[in-house]
Amino acid sequence: MSLVEISGLNVGYVRHRHIQPAVTGLDLTVGQGEVVAIVGESGSGKTTTGNALIGLLPSNGRITAGSILVDGVQTARANERTLRRLRGSTIGLIPQDPMVGLNPTKRIGAQIAEAVKLRGIGGPAVPRQVLDHLAQAGVPEPELRARQYPHELSGGLRQRVLIAIALAGRPKLIIADEPTSALDVTVQKRILDHLGGLVREQGISLLIITHDLAVAADRADRVVVMRQGRKVDEGDPATILTAPREGYTRQLIAAAPRLAHHGQLQAHFDVRDEPAPDPILTLTGVGKTFAVDDPRRGRRGFNALEDVSVTVPRGRTHALVGESGCGKTTTLRIALGLESATTGSVVLDGTEISGLSWRGMRPLRRKAQLVHQDPFATLDPKFTVRQSVTEPLVSFRIGDRRSREARARDLLDQVALPAAYLDRLPAELSGGQRQRVAIARALALEPRLLLLDEPVSALDVLVQEQILRLLADLQQRLGLSYLFVSHDLSVVAEIAHTVSVMNAGRVVEQGPVAQVFSDPRSTYTRELIDAVPGRRAAA
Amino acid sequence: MTAALVVAAEETVGEKPARRARAGVFARRPGFLLASLYVAFVVAVAFRPALFTGQDPYATDPAAAMRAPSAAHLFGTDIYGRDLWSRVLHGSPLTIKATLIALVIALIAGLGLGIVSGFFGGLTDSLLMRVIDVLLAIPGLLLALSIVTALGYGTIPVAVAVGVGIVPGFARTTRAEVLRVKTLPYVEAARAGGASWTRVLLRHILPNSWGPVAVLAVLDAGVAIIAIASLSFLGFGAAPPAAEWGTLIADGRNYLVTAWWLSLLPGLFVALLVLSLNHIAKTFQEVTP
Amino acid sequence: MIRYLVGRVVQAAAVLWAAFTLTFAILYLLPSNPMQLQLAAAGIQEDSLTPEQYAAMKHRFGLDESIAAQYWHHLTGVLHGDFGDSLTQQVPVTDLIGARIGPTLLLSVCAAVVSLVAGSALAYLATFVRRNPVRIVLTRLPALGASFPQFFIALFLIQFLSFQLGWLPATGTQGAQSLIMPVLTISVVTSSVLAQVLIKSFDQTLSQPYVVTARAKGLSRTAVHLKHAFRNAALPAMTILGVIVGLTVTSSIVVETVFTREGVGKLAQEAVLAQDVPVVLAVVTLAATVFVTVNLIVDLLYPLLDPRISHTPEVVPV
Repeated sequence: MSLVEISGLNVGYVRHRHIQPAVTGLDLTVGQGEVVAIVGESGSGKTTTGNALIGLLPSNGRITAGSILVDGVQTARANERTLRRLRGSTIGLIPQDPMVGLNPTKRIGAQIAEAVKLRGIGGPAVPRQVLDHLAQAGVPEPELRARQYPHELSGGLRQRVLIAIALAGRPKLIIADEPTSALDVTVQKRILDHLGGLVREQGISLLIITHDLAVAADRADRVVVMRQGRKVDEGDPATILTAPREGYTRQLIAAAPRLAHHGQLQAHFDVRDEPAPDPILTLTGVGKTFAVDDPRRGRRGFNALEDVSVTVPRGRTHALVGESGCGKTTTLRIALGLESATTGSVVLDGTEISGLSWRGMRPLRRKAQLVHQDPFATLDPKFTVRQSVTEPLVSFRIGDRRSREARARDLLDQVALPAAYLDRLPAELSGGQRQRVAIARALALEPRLLLLDEPVSALDVLVQEQILRLLADLQQRLGLSYLFVSHDLSVVAEIAHTVSVMNAGRVVEQGPVAQVFSDPRSTYTRELIDAVPGRRAAA
Repeated sequence: MTAALVVAAEETVGEKPARRARAGVFARRPGFLLASLYVAFVVAVAFRPALFTGQDPYATDPAAAMRAPSAAHLFGTDIYGRDLWSRVLHGSPLTIKATLIALVIALIAGLGLGIVSGFFGGLTDSLLMRVIDVLLAIPGLLLALSIVTALGYGTIPVAVAVGVGIVPGFARTTRAEVLRVKTLPYVEAARAGGASWTRVLLRHILPNSWGPVAVLAVLDAGVAIIAIASLSFLGFGAAPPAAEWGTLIADGRNYLVTAWWLSLLPGLFVALLVLSLNHIAKTFQEVTP
Repeated sequence: MIRYLVGRVVQAAAVLWAAFTLTFAILYLLPSNPMQLQLAAAGIQEDSLTPEQYAAMKHRFGLDESIAAQYWHHLTGVLHGDFGDSLTQQVPVTDLIGARIGPTLLLSVCAAVVSLVAGSALAYLATFVRRNPVRIVLTRLPALGASFPQFFIALFLIQFLSFQLGWLPATGTQGAQSLIMPVLTISVVTSSVLAQVLIKSFDQTLSQPYVVTARAKGLSRTAVHLKHAFRNAALPAMTILGVIVGLTVTSSIVVETVFTREGVGKLAQEAVLAQDVPVVLAVVTLAATVFVTVNLIVDLLYPLLDPRISHTPEVVPV
């Protein structure tokens, strides 16, 4: 018998006295010691499934049909007492975001000790086991960490602490809900490797919930693809990747560059042998120092950027890639004049912009525009699409009402949105549509250069793919140049001609994507490339 | 192009009827409706009290003194035989107008301080916030009492005193909202699109920060009513025979043993008004995310 | 740490000084004719005085000095614990307050303690109970409590507990029994304010992912509520402790007037009625001192209770 047997499961959320289905007719098993991955986009019901399994649905969640047997115990519609006995000891949970998954006012050791004590352990054995679990989870210096508070630990370490908590209950099954998507790729890889090793070693079953088919394919014995609450595909990774039964799975594979190219991170554009066009944007020796108020050591400087030189050739895409805190976004903001450089020069279309006031910078705004990361905050919630798109025209007093209206329709057409959307508010648009509107707004002044700050990282993979295609299409038709900031190497491989890899405020490697990604010269770049999931597709 | 268009339309998850749904949420709450009706009634009374009662609030009738509430006298009568219901209604203009004056003062000063502070930031912000700290350090009622001591009694000084007392809350809420909205990407996008700070302030920051401020205004209307009634209860309101609610309640206190309604019914009238305002504010808070 | 401590104390002293100055400015600069005000307060007809007598009075009140000199005079006096003489009673203000502070202190402390206990208990229950109708009633209760003017609550209690049931004395300062209704009156409002803030804070805390982590360990709801939610919810609410204490202090004005208790609150009410400026200034300064001190204590304690913070976060009270 399998450890987990879900059959005919229906879960819904009560909204306005109606039950909106989130999971419909799901059948799923997880065997003893098996690693199963549920893959799906947002709204696919993958997280709901995990929550239902451990009996931690939000208060408006309802299991309306079906059964969930965990280790022979029925958990669907079970009472709190039954569920409590399963939690921790039979099912452990590794939650989504390690930054907020730990109680901020309790020491790490105490939080793990709680789980140890629930196993019936007491006395001096408790601290010893706490240290054991920390060490198992790969936390260095466990004695020190146990005495610390969560905010003193990095994201990766916090995730390891959460793994230690899950292990501390000695469960038979661990549910890992997007366990590493909030972390940098290199950290992500190390933690997933470690977790994979642990569960195999101890014979624990693992249920990975992820949006990333590549992660699932790399780590799982069996992959389950969900879409809109239903299971659409299932099988072992090799079968799923080579012979997907469903069109949807095929789309997912196509959208994951490494899976599509047999485990290779293949650059879409190869400009190795082409001469570079003259630059539209050149940053030379840019440095940026922030003043930091440190309560203990007083005010001091923090070098966010050191000697960064970046060039964006006309009509091409240059990508800035690196992990969080590497300075890529600061570079972009300096390039746009939103932030001033401490040292160095920024030349936009032949004009030096560092040191220019906002007023002096204003005429140059027409040449370079910005697209933000978060589609939910990039549009004023009170502005209709029409108002958002035409705002730059109004600000620059371009045209009259009628010509602006015509331009608005034109712009929506360029980003492939129907003109009927002009009267919509942001709340009535999906994430991808909002990002299209943001791009349309950026295009309103007919700029030569777009600065794109992680424009697709908040979107589902298939929507990402559409937006990337749109950007490539616009570049070709309008001759745009892009400075593209991203943490995701597979996205960069898809869109960029040239790339600068950044680490700790410096550029560690630069060149055509085709060259840098196939033959990285710095160890850091190699580490980044190795961390991109999807290697199993090669096999 | 056409293919892309179809794809873009396909991923529609956004819901169209967001605006209509919000109106429906209010309609589905009977408590909210009742509260709004009551507030509307009291405000209407404040401007045309004679419309709601046929009786003269000052007409004495010794024969009908100290009558318990009845159909003829909803709230009973006082020791001079004056109809308490009409006295309460005719007391509305004084209290409601004082409340409105207090709110206007608080809104203008509080919004002004908050916007300037949040928008300009830096030294201006720290200076203004220290001023607010000082105002907060003097508990509201005591600040009001000082102002009343200096300006003398009457509706206007009381209104001014109460208004000044609620300025700090307004200023801080407004500032917090302006600060929040100011750093949002759409404000940056507008700036990058060439919009001036004036335009950004008027078109983006203010429309998006007034929500919590409006809720606070409704809440503070209740606070102001309680403060104004308390001040007139303590004897600092309008001179007799004009009767603010607080004065009515204070007068009735001497007859609590024999005629409980003289104090408690006007008190209930006030309490219901404040409760209604609080309920309205709470509903707004719950409905707007 | 020492620097932070000294900085906060200096800042508190500065706020207190500014509050005193502001009150002084309101009381001494606003009225068109302070002399008239003070004569009226002392019960002297202005016309009955000869010019010499008038000048003598002016000197006695210190009004022949410039405003700056008067201000300096008052400020140095206050620093030495001298608030000048009451205009109506011709005794030092300090003596007046000293004689009346006892009952007010007792009332405020009792009310603050009851409010803290009742407010926290209500918030705890309202967020713990899962049955919908009970939960709704409990969460709505504070809004109800905060809506009633205190004088109304006081009169209602007198009518009900004294006149109808005859359990408690309606007025007076004598005995523990006379304390019950005033404490109850103040606590209804202040505990409601506290409960509102706490409930909001609890709701936010309970929706945090670390609560899910705690429950996934197998902890019971009680354990999660007590060991994880309570501290994290109470911490931000601590910043309104100053407001709560300030509220109990100002409430004593209305409550002592209604229950005819001989305390500082009633003294303040009488002083304002008589426009006895020095007494008003002293009472306001005293209340500001209480508020600033409580906030200072909260600020200094906060970093000890919240490991993340080296200074208090700014929280706008509801």
